Amino acid sequence: MNIYIAGAATTKFGELWNVSPRALAREAISGALKDARCQKNKIEALFVGNMLSGMLGGQEHLGAFFSEELKLGVPAFKIEGACASGGLAIHAAVVSVLSGIYETVAVLGVEKMTDHKPEDVALALMGAGSEEERLSGATFPGLYALLARAHMKKYGTTLEQLASVAVKNHHHASLNPHAQFHNELTVEKVTSSSQIADPLTLLDCSPISDGAAALIITSNEKLATNNPVTIAASVVATDTLSLSHRESLTELKATRIAGTRAFKAAGVEARDIDIAEVHDCFTIAEILALEDLGLFPKGKAASAVEKGAVTLGSATRTVVNTSGGLKGCGHPVGATGVKQLVELTEQLRGKAGARQVKGARVGLAHNVGGSGATAVVHIVKKV
Amino acid sequence: MASIVSYGTYVPIYRISVEEISSVWKKSGQDISRALGLTQKSVPGVDEDAVTLAIEASRAAIVHGDIDEKSIGVVFTGSESHPYAVNPTSTIVGELLGLGTSYLAADLQFACKAATAGMQAVAGLVDSGQITTGLVVGSDTAQSKPHDALEYASASASAAFILGKKGVADLLSYVSFSSDTPDFWRRDGMRYPSHAGRFTGEPAYFTHVLGAATALLSKARITPKDVTHCVFHMPNGKFPREVAKRLGFSSSQLTPSLIVDSIGNPYAASTLTGLAAVLDIAHPGDTIFAVSYGSGAGSDGFYFRVTERIKELQEKRKKDRVRLVDRQKNIRMISYVDYLQQTHKL
Repeated sequence: MNIYIAGAATTKFGELWNVSPRALAREAISGALKDARCQKNKIEALFVGNMLSGMLGGQEHLGAFFSEELKLGVPAFKIEGACASGGLAIHAAVVSVLSGIYETVAVLGVEKMTDHKPEDVALALMGAGSEEERLSGATFPGLYALLARAHMKKYGTTLEQLASVAVKNHHHASLNPHAQFHNELTVEKVTSSSQIADPLTLLDCSPISDGAAALIITSNEKLATNNPVTIAASVVATDTLSLSHRESLTELKATRIAGTRAFKAAGVEARDIDIAEVHDCFTIAEILALEDLGLFPKGKAASAVEKGAVTLGSATRTVVNTSGGLKGCGHPVGATGVKQLVELTEQLRGKAGARQVKGARVGLAHNVGGSGATAVVHIVKKV
Repeated sequence: MASIVSYGTYVPIYRISVEEISSVWKKSGQDISRALGLTQKSVPGVDEDAVTLAIEASRAAIVHGDIDEKSIGVVFTGSESHPYAVNPTSTIVGELLGLGTSYLAADLQFACKAATAGMQAVAGLVDSGQITTGLVVGSDTAQSKPHDALEYASASASAAFILGKKGVADLLSYVSFSSDTPDFWRRDGMRYPSHAGRFTGEPAYFTHVLGAATALLSKARITPKDVTHCVFHMPNGKFPREVAKRLGFSSSQLTPSLIVDSIGNPYAASTLTGLAAVLDIAHPGDTIFAVSYGSGAGSDGFYFRVTERIKELQEKRKKDRVRLVDRQKNIRMISYVDYLQQTHKL
């Protein structure tokens, strides 16, 4: 059985103060249906990826909520895994189709975060960490700052190399009409921006964003008429919730496990990946991702990124985060994992415009929850 | 047409620096000064409040304008820090100014534009002939929660304006722009206000200030080139500069009004203190374009022309060293502990 992405769409990501979660969902789903040239009545189930609807909006039960809002009236599920909620929703959708119980399903990743005070959002996001991390007063920038320090100490990674991740992703984002940011950065601007959690500055951190993305996934070839892409692997792995319980602070084991299994399932190797969307919630996270996915040897990714090895136009092999990543495109938590696959789909179809990676045939999406407690890796192939 | 017959201001002598506040919270004072566009803010003495400040400014306006108190027909005090939720500041002010009993009094609230709303109401009362002169005061000893971003800018000052006919600045045109936009609020019984972070920018301050400003330019049939000086509400040093730029005003048109750099944001007194700063240095024939902003939200726009009579008032204020250009003379820098005591947090 092949699993096809028959349709894919995202909304603009950004500070969308006058757009509601309902409007975001309607826009993303209707966009994906239109892209799939598919009627709404073909959708047999809805998988919603979202993290903060309860804590920030007082609304849980999003499966039923959006099934009603979208006038679908189908089996519906909210899937949550912190910042990996989107990737997990896709995985659940894939598994449901592989089971044969459903043939065609929709995945919706959606998040509204910008209507709340920054301190309330930071507190809610710490729901992705452990209780001891919350009680110790840590925030997510703080946890990833620890990972950055460890990596800098062991491998000599520099602040300028971390900054080059943000520079690259803003450059890619400037070519993406849906991205939150379109301004270019320089290494100097990043390193001299305000301290958030030493050594991470403001511009090392992905923003708080609103947005939605949707996919139509089907096993029915006849419904996949618009240049479909197949999902060749969908793998989830978990590690400890707390950073303090990890075996190592210089790798995300969940990424390594999910990546290895995904390559095996898809019958490809790291060097076959033409394009990757990885989870750059902070600049250090992209460095870790590139190494833990096996795209670069441990300790070598930072200097490679600095030299343009994964940048559009100068990449030596895999081009990374053409959407702008989380840093440049924005990070509406539940939507990110889904947006990653929308980007890969557009790229493999040859429809990515100014961001196009020529001849892209194999793509990888990497979505992480918390400080690495969940990792989801998808591999997609051009049909 | 209504005219500003006199004005008075009062700024407490105490200042606390952004550096001093930020050192308490282990942040970079330089970063914050740069981000907010201000270096210090004014702090009331332990026995000062919005009422005492209002009286100081009003008394100055009456004395320097040589106003007959008994002719004042209305007192409106606009503040976010009225000491009472029920009991008018305006009659305490009226009583201590010796106004008698034949006057209309009411306290106004609309965040930072409470007093400018009052100014439009007083202009109407003057124009209709209902009163000869009317007093409107913007006065605040603004409170902010320790460690909140507002702590660096929330300040104290008062500005009193007496409107009548044939004054120092004629009110040629005015407009107002209002909506229900919850960017900043304080529930009854809560000590400190809450705010919605970045939402206080574009959808709040900029939408309303630009809304009122464009309406005023249209109503008065002018462009920024016709204006000598402009004044905008100053929640920080950045917003008024940005909004002036967007409207097409130059920095030289805006600069004399920017009391925020060394006083901070005295809330209901902000725009009016900026207006007073401009009047202190304006020449007869100059035009002044002023737009306030109050959270929740709305903006009041005013277009004035300065008259010959301004010189006498400027001289009196200069002699008593109360012009806003002299605001940094005789100030006293205080520590964070003094600040906590003086604002009754300790």
